[in-house]
Amino acid sequence: MNRLLPRALLAPAVVTLFLWMIVPLLMTIYFSLIRYNLLQPEISGFAGLENYQFFLTDPSFTAAVLNTLMLLGSVIVITVVGGVALALLIDEPFPGRSLVRILLISPFFVMPTVNALLWKHMMMNPIYGVLAQVWRFFGAQPVDWLTDVPLFSVIIMIAWQWLPFATLIFMTALQSMNREQLEAARMDGASYLQQLRYMVLPHLGRSIAVVVMIEMIFLMSVFAEIFTTTGGGPGDASTNVAFLIFKQALLNFDAGVASAGALFAVVLANIAAVFLIRMIGKNLD
Amino acid sequence: MKFRAILALAAALGLAGASHAATELVIATVNNGHMIEMQKLSPEFEKAHPDIKLKWVTLEEGVLRQRVTTDIATKGGQFDIMTIGMYETPIWGKKGWLQALQPGAAYDVDDLLPAMRNGLSVDGKLYAAPFYGESSMLMYRKDLADKAGVQLGDHPTWAQVKDFAAKIHNPKAGIYGICLRGKPGWGDNMAFITTLVNTYGGQWFDMAWKPQLESQPWKDAIHFYVDLLGKYGPPGSSANSFNEILALFNAGKCGMWVDATIAASFISDPKQSKVADKVAFAQAPVAVTPKGANWLWAWALAIPSGSKKAAEAQKFISWATSREYIELVGKTNGWGTVPTGTRKSTYANPEFLKAAKFAAAEKAAIDSANPNDSTLPKSPYVGVQFAAIPEFQAIGIAVGQQMSAALAGKTSVEAALKASQNAAERQMTKAGYYK
Repeated sequence: MNRLLPRALLAPAVVTLFLWMIVPLLMTIYFSLIRYNLLQPEISGFAGLENYQFFLTDPSFTAAVLNTLMLLGSVIVITVVGGVALALLIDEPFPGRSLVRILLISPFFVMPTVNALLWKHMMMNPIYGVLAQVWRFFGAQPVDWLTDVPLFSVIIMIAWQWLPFATLIFMTALQSMNREQLEAARMDGASYLQQLRYMVLPHLGRSIAVVVMIEMIFLMSVFAEIFTTTGGGPGDASTNVAFLIFKQALLNFDAGVASAGALFAVVLANIAAVFLIRMIGKNLD
Repeated sequence: MKFRAILALAAALGLAGASHAATELVIATVNNGHMIEMQKLSPEFEKAHPDIKLKWVTLEEGVLRQRVTTDIATKGGQFDIMTIGMYETPIWGKKGWLQALQPGAAYDVDDLLPAMRNGLSVDGKLYAAPFYGESSMLMYRKDLADKAGVQLGDHPTWAQVKDFAAKIHNPKAGIYGICLRGKPGWGDNMAFITTLVNTYGGQWFDMAWKPQLESQPWKDAIHFYVDLLGKYGPPGSSANSFNEILALFNAGKCGMWVDATIAASFISDPKQSKVADKVAFAQAPVAVTPKGANWLWAWALAIPSGSKKAAEAQKFISWATSREYIELVGKTNGWGTVPTGTRKSTYANPEFLKAAKFAAAEKAAIDSANPNDSTLPKSPYVGVQFAAIPEFQAIGIAVGQQMSAALAGKTSVEAALKASQNAAERQMTKAGYYK
């Protein structure tokens, strides 16, 4: 009885959340099983697994999955390594530290689309971009970033955007570092690298896990940067799963195939999540 | 009893309110210069029709296309007037998604350019009124041509264009021989590439709806395109579309450019172009046949069949696409900035001819385009730089991706065309063309 009351009070919230999740999911599953192209309302009916087959046999499909994982992995590695390095740099007091911190955090408040346009035109344009000017200054042939290394360019943009986030988390984590222990380690003659390896990194373990998890959730569905810079191209060199689904839904107007793709993305996200949680779970006590 | 009286009173008040409220028209349109101008001038229309209020939804071309397509296909009824192109009009008109226009006698339908009227009609009924129209043509730097001693004439060939590009290409000085579209998209690089394929004697589909992407004309055309742009084009061409190239041309970095006739008014406008006094115009270059060498496109206003306010919507469309509206723009902003490519009377207007030195070339280009007959072998589809079938968007995007990859040197032309053929066959099979 006394167990029933709290549960009854919790129920409305739980049920609402459950419906919030299950209704769209069921609708997506339903759409993925019917022939539903907006431009051909006359073609309808049950399609079985046709939509899934069509999505999985898309010539860009393999490339899209590999690109998604590549993007995810690279950005996570860059932001975690870079974020720890930056956080350690600005952990020690120095004149102007608060200003530097603000400057470091600022890219995170730039909208993804704006970030993409900024990089596309100001930095990476092969004719008038800043990077092209630098290359020319040294007498080299400017790199045509978005044509020659499209995926790498997108990785740079997204890493630039997420680096501040990682830095911020690690910076706050470092502030709770036990200074006396570090002091003691130094007295015992531990080198800086040893301190890093045995004191700082274990202390940061939990926040690294948090950064990896959150970035994974957000980077799975990177879209704006690709849409505004390369349009998934050249060819399918920078198409990821999210962009492939967009192509099906809003360029081909095929809601059936797009739903099948969306469900595939859910599965992919879950597989990646299971692996990551296992990996990180080992590191956490 | 009292309660009933109150109800009656409320109902009466409500009715009275409704009869005095203006009808609100929701208009979806593209965010390019001419349309923004139409919004600025629309208070004139509201003054003349106090019972109509206009609400604007202005979007970028791709987003607009997604919004209006989903709205019309799902019968959402969000819009009373839609801005659609020459690609959508015949398809949607045939499906019964649009209301046929009845503009009235004062509108003078016969004043519309025949190419535009045909392209926006189904079975002789007009389903969208052209707001402005365009074709494509060659724009080049007269000063560079004179320096190189080159005469292009009014009807250049692609071979001449290539020679000229080779003569003036000078990356050290920041001048590239020719700038062409390379950004993937059925309305971006494929619009240009399709006209090139047409003039090489190619087509999208044969009479049995089989895609022809691995045919010889396609191979010739794409080899030529990749070679020309690779040798004499600016770096980063595979990301360039209309706006990117416009910026390059205005900065004096392109020797030649084949693109929409609408560009002519921008590159000859001293306010935005460094080379405004140095540009000249010719018809789009040809290779094997003049058929389909230049495209035909219009942005037009249409009424979705779900709209309950068809009469008011028709009033607005008649105003915005009328001869009087063009005169209004001419008087307020100057004749160089009027929406062109829709009416014969525009090209007969001496004020306009004085302000626009590209007028003759533009009209010749539009008049020579015929969406019903734009390929050397017979084709089952309508459209010059597209095939007006619902599947074409998906196919055009997939092929556009492959072409940009070939241009960037990521794949060979043969491999790109093979992949394109596969993508096209997949879509056509799925849509049930080969039963």
